[in-house]
Amino acid sequence: MAETMQLEIFRYHPEKDSEPTFQIFEVPFREDWVVLDAINHIKDEIDGTLSYRWSCQMGVCGSCGIMINNVPKLSCAAFLKDYYPDKISIEPLTGFPVERDLIFEMDDFMTKLTEIQPYIIRKEGEEKPLDEGEYLQSPAELAHFKQYSMCINCMLCYAACPVYALDSSFVGPAAIALGQRYNMDTRDQGRDARQELIASNEGIWECTFVGECSAVCPKDVDPAAAIQRAKISSTVDWFKDVLIPWGKK
Amino acid sequence: MSTYHRIVPNTWWLQRRPYILFMIRELTSVFVAGYCIFLLVLVYKLTQGADVYGNFMAAMKSPISVVLHLITLVFVLYHTITWFNLTPKILVVYRGEERIPQGLVAGTFYVGWLVISAIVAWLVLGV
Amino acid sequence: MAKSNEPIWWSLFSAGGMVAAMIFPILIIITGILVPFGLAGGDDSLNFQRIHKAISQNNSVKLILFIVISLPLFHWAHRFRFTLVDVGLKSMSTLISILCYGGAIAGTIVSAVIFWNI
Repeated sequence: MAETMQLEIFRYHPEKDSEPTFQIFEVPFREDWVVLDAINHIKDEIDGTLSYRWSCQMGVCGSCGIMINNVPKLSCAAFLKDYYPDKISIEPLTGFPVERDLIFEMDDFMTKLTEIQPYIIRKEGEEKPLDEGEYLQSPAELAHFKQYSMCINCMLCYAACPVYALDSSFVGPAAIALGQRYNMDTRDQGRDARQELIASNEGIWECTFVGECSAVCPKDVDPAAAIQRAKISSTVDWFKDVLIPWGKK
Repeated sequence: MSTYHRIVPNTWWLQRRPYILFMIRELTSVFVAGYCIFLLVLVYKLTQGADVYGNFMAAMKSPISVVLHLITLVFVLYHTITWFNLTPKILVVYRGEERIPQGLVAGTFYVGWLVISAIVAWLVLGV
Repeated sequence: MAKSNEPIWWSLFSAGGMVAAMIFPILIIITGILVPFGLAGGDDSLNFQRIHKAISQNNSVKLILFIVISLPLFHWAHRFRFTLVDVGLKSMSTLISILCYGGAIAGTIVSAVIFWNI
């Protein structure tokens, strides 16, 4: 008799439910299956109405983030065998409004990603003309920010962050890490432009360094470190502004 | 048709071990403040003369004082350890392409801690 | 969103946290274990004469002790304020800030007065 295991999945149908419910599904247990395989099996063979996001199945697209036993994970990266034979509880990522089943509204996150100005900003008149060639950057200079460029926008960090769960006005780990990616890029001159958002009360200063964002990040971006480092640089700025107010910005 | 907003309970931190440890770390600050008050009282008693100070010293030898100190020590040590272990995340130093290992940065603080503790003990106890 | 003034509190929090991390464990061991069990050096080195002389005749000792007492108070204030916010009291955050930083400031003032008058 083939082995099975149970998935208890959060269900919400906005057209008929006022409250979400949980539904238990029994799926085959396969050694090499990940949770996403089990969910796809449910959709294909048991209940076609189950709604969820997924794409690459290999941990690079950032689509399939869900809560597995209250821990944010990519469903394509969580193996059934790590939970077997216990029942797995599956919910949409914490901190976001739920649209349907495991699909959450990510508009807030998308807005923050754009507001952080995630592109190289050059000061007025300092754009290098094309015929002068590329901006040169050494491997050492790349090493300084490369980690922060690895973000796949999976939002597991937001789901792990209790500050964001309590207050969605918090700019959040991924957005700040992305800001730091550009702040630390030697080709960029836009740090001051991003500071309005990063150094605001809703930016780095709402973070209490719980550190779970970095713990759950599938790409080792370490957004917590990005935020704390921004606290240091912003504090240095603040003291400079206070002690040397006449200094050139 | 509406999106569903899940409420976060104020006991969110009890749900997972990392959050519980975080909360304990934050609560160490209460014991830090408590010891500040103790030190302040100690210095105040000093200004009130030898008798008052002597009585306070005697009170420090009571079981309840020892127990409170021990509890405070456990929490303050937890503060120290979490503080030094997190510092390398903030103080990032590169030599070329290589980042100085976090263990080395933290280790420097631990060594500094031992040195400072030895100096403080030598100054306070005069040994 | 304007740039915040949090840096002043965060600086005090960080400085206080470092002072507490480095110096408090050994002090607690001294006042909580060594003194009660009579292990505090020959002929009770924390006796009144010696300690009173060391502090009252030494302004740098007064300053160091003042810093050791007041900075960690700001460490507590900042951390405790955010802890209360994190357990759901964000609606009272202004009052919480006033009580926490106010408490640290009050402790600092009391401490300064005591050291000034030794």
